[in-house]
Amino acid sequence: MNLLGEDIVNENGEFVINMGPQHPSTHGVLHLKIWLQGETILRVQPHLGYIHRSIEKMSESLSYRNFIFATSRMDYLSAHINNLACALCVEQGLEVEVPERAKVIRLLMAELTRLSSHQLWWGSTGLDLGAVTPFFHAFREREGILEVIEETCGARLTQNYMVPGGVMMDLHPDFQRKTKAILKQVKEKISEYHELLSGNIIFQQRTQGVGYISPEDAVSFGMTGPCARASGVSCDVRKWYPYSGYEGVQFDEILETGGDCYARYQVRMKEMMQSVSIIEQLIDSIPEGEIQAKTKNVLKLPKGEFYQKVETARGELGVYIVSDGAASPYRVKYRSPNFSNLSAMSHMAKGAKIGDLVAIMATMDLIIPDIDR
Amino acid sequence: MLKDYFKTIFQAIQSLFTGMKLTGYYFTHLKEIQTEEYPDNRATLKMAERFRGEVIMPHNEDNEHRCTGCQACEIACPNGTIKIITKQEVLADGKKKKRIDSFIYHHDLCTLCNLCIVACPSDAIKMGQTFEHSVYDKKLLKKILNKPGSKLMEGVE
Repeated sequence: MNLLGEDIVNENGEFVINMGPQHPSTHGVLHLKIWLQGETILRVQPHLGYIHRSIEKMSESLSYRNFIFATSRMDYLSAHINNLACALCVEQGLEVEVPERAKVIRLLMAELTRLSSHQLWWGSTGLDLGAVTPFFHAFREREGILEVIEETCGARLTQNYMVPGGVMMDLHPDFQRKTKAILKQVKEKISEYHELLSGNIIFQQRTQGVGYISPEDAVSFGMTGPCARASGVSCDVRKWYPYSGYEGVQFDEILETGGDCYARYQVRMKEMMQSVSIIEQLIDSIPEGEIQAKTKNVLKLPKGEFYQKVETARGELGVYIVSDGAASPYRVKYRSPNFSNLSAMSHMAKGAKIGDLVAIMATMDLIIPDIDR
Repeated sequence: MLKDYFKTIFQAIQSLFTGMKLTGYYFTHLKEIQTEEYPDNRATLKMAERFRGEVIMPHNEDNEHRCTGCQACEIACPNGTIKIITKQEVLADGKKKKRIDSFIYHHDLCTLCNLCIVACPSDAIKMGQTFEHSVYDKKLLKKILNKPGSKLMEGVE
């Protein structure tokens, strides 16, 4: 008998165990119930709700200026991009034109966030698969990026920098110089990353062929972001539905065909270089001018429904606002990438060994607060 | 088959050494280590200019602040962190004016989102750079930002 009063071995001879919510490799409070036959996984059932903070419902009582800050707490590693999605959705309703300078600053910040998020993922993936050194190397570069962000926005993780109509503060005078320095460092060190982890035989054998998902399944589970692109599904929102000036920059959508953990790893490693190239294109040509469009003191969206999707570091984030014409939204719904990606986990883990589940979870890059919201 | 088996073992050891080489490099190049020894470096530690640690209300040397009690920050706050209690004050020329009695700031509710600072029309509040806020009692995080006996600065409306 376990604590829930269920038999550990059920009537079909399946061994039922719980992984999490306090398991170190689940990066938060993800609770997985696993049915095992020996060491082979039969199915996985995620249990949610441990970190539900009712962000959607809370937003209904906040004004359009105020509800953005809460989205930083959803997918905290891409807080800038979440804030951007909300700001874009409100702007869509207000029909304001964002100044060019604000657009470029937003793009720069979004890509810096993506870069730092992927770096943390790289470190923690190594840690989950038994390599401790990558964690420290990843945090060294991430620290540099966070310092750049902190200097301009005033906070490292939950920045709340995007406001409807533009950005909250102007760039710090040192921003360009420091960003260039950190980009140079990142470009140098990514080869070290490959040396340390990508080329490691133990790492390769633990990830290659593990957690395979076919493109058809990835689409039907609603997977987006690097996880789907590793299966060869072209789904980059930045390419397909450009927003906030992504139509003006050159970058490649990274596609792999492996569909396994190693392919997901490769997609993110290559995406880091794409982010670097996007920032390099923009950093020397930040236009002068206003950083905020003129908006009214109390924002009121017209009656109707507004939807905006963006590409966060983990996939497609959708913000859906229903407005009844009042000063606060009637209903807010976030379509979070991690929730949909998690639904495919049972399918990916079927038939894998229990040790592989950690590799699958690590390369899916799950952020639990984003699943529960 | 057996050849492949030994080849894999050899490759594994080789890739292990590739990784160890990198670790060894940083082990012998101490100048490239970037960690800070907090809290031993408190004296030299400098936070970023715009770092958001807590909301503070600057007072000048005559114990005067700039807060008019317009409550724009209270409305702008998403969490109900700020509560302003106002009072009627009789000025020297006999007119009655609204002045703040106490500016209550609940630090435990604050998410440091900067929206109050942006909303303030008279630059009365700003973000402080302190960050060591842990206390043993939650009540200590309820702060009154205007100092006792402080007045509104001349010329601020």
